Amino acid sequence: MNSVEGLLTQIRGLSSTASDVLSLQNVLKQADESLHAESTRLLPFLDQLDPSKHSLGYLYFLEACTAGPVTTESASSFVLIIARFISSCVAEQIRLAPDKFISVCKRFKDQVLLLEEPLRGVAPMLTAVRKLQSSTEHLTTLHPEFLLLCLLAKCYKTGLSILEEDIFEVDQPRDLYLYCYYGGMICIGQKCFRKALELLHNVVTAPMSTINAIAVEAYKKYILVSLIHHGQLSTSLPKYASGVAQRNLKSLCLSYMELANSYNNGKIADLETYVQANMEKFGSDNNLGLVKQVVSSIYKRNIQRLTQTYLTLSLQDIANTVQLNRPKEAEMHVLQMIQDGEIYATINQKDGMVRFVEDPELYKTCEMIEHIDLSIQRLMTLSNKLTVMDELISCDPLYLGKAGRERQRFDFDDFDSVPQRFNI
Amino acid sequence: MDGEDGAPKSLMEEMYANGIEGVDDAPSSSTSTTIRKNRPIISGEQLDIEAYAALYSGRTKIMRLIFLADHCDNSGMQLEALRMAYDELKKGENTQLFREVVQKIDGRLGPNYSTDATWCAMVDRKANQRKDKLESELNAYRTNLIKESIRMGYNDFGDFYYAHGALGDAFKSYVRTRDYCTTSKHIIQMCLSAILVSIEMGQFAHVTSYVSKAEQTPEALDPPSIAKLRCAAGLAHLEAKKYKLAARKFLEVGPELGNSYSEVIAPQDVATYGGLCALASFDRTELKNKVIDNINFRNFLELVPEVRELINDFYSSHYASCLEYLGNLKSNLMLDIHIHDHVETLYDQIRSKALIQYTHPFVSVDMRMMADAFKTSVAGLEKELESLITDNQIQARIDSHNKILYARHADQRNATFQRVLQTGNEFDWDVRAMLLRANLLKHEYNLRASRKI
Repeated sequence: MNSVEGLLTQIRGLSSTASDVLSLQNVLKQADESLHAESTRLLPFLDQLDPSKHSLGYLYFLEACTAGPVTTESASSFVLIIARFISSCVAEQIRLAPDKFISVCKRFKDQVLLLEEPLRGVAPMLTAVRKLQSSTEHLTTLHPEFLLLCLLAKCYKTGLSILEEDIFEVDQPRDLYLYCYYGGMICIGQKCFRKALELLHNVVTAPMSTINAIAVEAYKKYILVSLIHHGQLSTSLPKYASGVAQRNLKSLCLSYMELANSYNNGKIADLETYVQANMEKFGSDNNLGLVKQVVSSIYKRNIQRLTQTYLTLSLQDIANTVQLNRPKEAEMHVLQMIQDGEIYATINQKDGMVRFVEDPELYKTCEMIEHIDLSIQRLMTLSNKLTVMDELISCDPLYLGKAGRERQRFDFDDFDSVPQRFNI
Repeated sequence: MDGEDGAPKSLMEEMYANGIEGVDDAPSSSTSTTIRKNRPIISGEQLDIEAYAALYSGRTKIMRLIFLADHCDNSGMQLEALRMAYDELKKGENTQLFREVVQKIDGRLGPNYSTDATWCAMVDRKANQRKDKLESELNAYRTNLIKESIRMGYNDFGDFYYAHGALGDAFKSYVRTRDYCTTSKHIIQMCLSAILVSIEMGQFAHVTSYVSKAEQTPEALDPPSIAKLRCAAGLAHLEAKKYKLAARKFLEVGPELGNSYSEVIAPQDVATYGGLCALASFDRTELKNKVIDNINFRNFLELVPEVRELINDFYSSHYASCLEYLGNLKSNLMLDIHIHDHVETLYDQIRSKALIQYTHPFVSVDMRMMADAFKTSVAGLEKELESLITDNQIQARIDSHNKILYARHADQRNATFQRVLQTGNEFDWDVRAMLLRANLLKHEYNLRASRKI
């Protein structure tokens, strides 16, 4: 106990300035083991510390307390304590011991899930994420945990707010895979298929040395979202996808590839029979909802194709081409698409004719010009970023060493800038 | 064999009314001995087998007759073809093929046309004797190491095998002469023999390689050889479905071909294949320059006036009659050994070209008039146009209510804006993903590097 008491005094004393905090960190590191040994008895001591001032110390104590297995009674008390800690702690002190913070938050998540109240965890986790990341471009291990809570709590909008930010820095590849996968699911829930496609594409083409389950599941969803959004699936992964992914992903998602094939053939009846036949397979992957959306999107795809060839077309003909049963159904589909802004048309009910018109956007308004201008700015910033990164890498000794060694394999022009002394 | 049908005859007469010299107006039967050198062979009427077979010689004559017998419906024609094949085979030494033909005849032509076992045995015996003789001669030459004799020895072997139907061995023998060829003439001879055997075997890849080999000889070739090589190249391209290249080759064949390549192809075939492939694959300028204004090719086209007429009709936009000629020719073309499996594709391409050419000069087209011009129904026409529009071969849109086709020229300005925005988005996405991946790779690399250290 004495050591604990002594520790407490030190914490209180050394938490004021930055240099003090650093020395405190050393002390705490040494005392970590003893803290863990006393884990069950540390709870009352927490009240003596103020989380907003003594964040680092509090963190160590908290981590030791929650190190043991989670039980339902302890869960409810701890949830409150951790939530309060997260909201009041100081970010700089936390960042000195990121793994401890992460493990505390993970425990928090487990407890919240055990209590079956994921909604309680959403807001605190969001604050935790914001406090842990060094910049908005930084992906921490807490991001996927946060998204998982959002998914389970069906709190998609909050999740979307985090997803809006671009990520450029990653701690652990596994975090990225999970983040993109959960992020993709959230976007699908909000029907932002474009962003979902982007996120899932990132998982599928991320560098990986061995195939992992996250990539496989992500690829399944990727196929389905690609069919819904674009109406087609590119048959091969881009060249920059890792070798293992290119070789193995397709064979692991065979039934989905079959689905994509029968979608491309355009015969709705075949598609529906195929879906019926493989219902349990899709269901076991939890993709039934998406598959149903794929089937309904094929009608839209066919109607859109008609706009390219016809100026006016009778509803009966539309129903025949798109393989619907009655003109009334065709009218409903067309109406829905007009309302969603997917096609531009007018329905003449007297003749039963639909007249397709061109996209009325003339690209002459102020809003459009502003939009274009902003896009240009954004792209210029991005381009600068790219140049900066390129310059950094070309000065990196590791890179120069490798390029120098493999000089013979590459073109003269590409690598002549590497100095000769790297030719070992 | 029965004569031609009476009803379409007057129409046919009208069609070649403007002049082939020396044409019989009376319906001719196969037993008539009138000279029919200038008579159009590939025409809309029922095929005259004797005249057709007279164009060819050697193995291809027999193969064509067998093909005819296999593919035509009329049993009279079938038997006629088989009878002629039998007669031709009796003059040669190919017992294997002889037996096949006898089997196909199946006794329908009477006792004179049945298995002649004595003849077969005699031929086989002679063949063995000749083979032994050739072998011993070749060995003698080989020990003496006289290049020219060895070359001729292998050549003789090649001829022997070819006459007996062992095409693979014939090819090998001809190819072996290559090492012993001393002059360009020898090389040309070897190439032409190899080409002949390859065509008979159906291995057109070899044909192309030997044609290029022959054309690379330093000495200038004589015109008939050039013509032969061009025909062979054209055939190879036709088989490979490269219709444009085939057309170009056939159109370059000079009139020196005459009947010198009757073991492979007849001038009528050159005209037909060249004409149809050109029509299916050339654009208007090329069609005018290379076909219509081509004096050399005009001589060939005179031999098949229906093809000449249909090309002219196409060029002058008389689509109905053009398509009618095509329809008439179809049944006879399906009996030709080289072009039968390309007829459908070529016809489809020609029809699409006709449709596209029809709509090209107009801003709006009444689909009912167009359907009349093409002798089809409006609904059928609409379907065809729809598939052409979807393939982006016609820039137009269909007003299905009023049945009018409107030309549609994409608004360049809007399209450009759309493309700009889209490219911007794609760039954005790609670069962000790339920076992310670079970061991951750096992380992995650092991890590996730190592990090594």
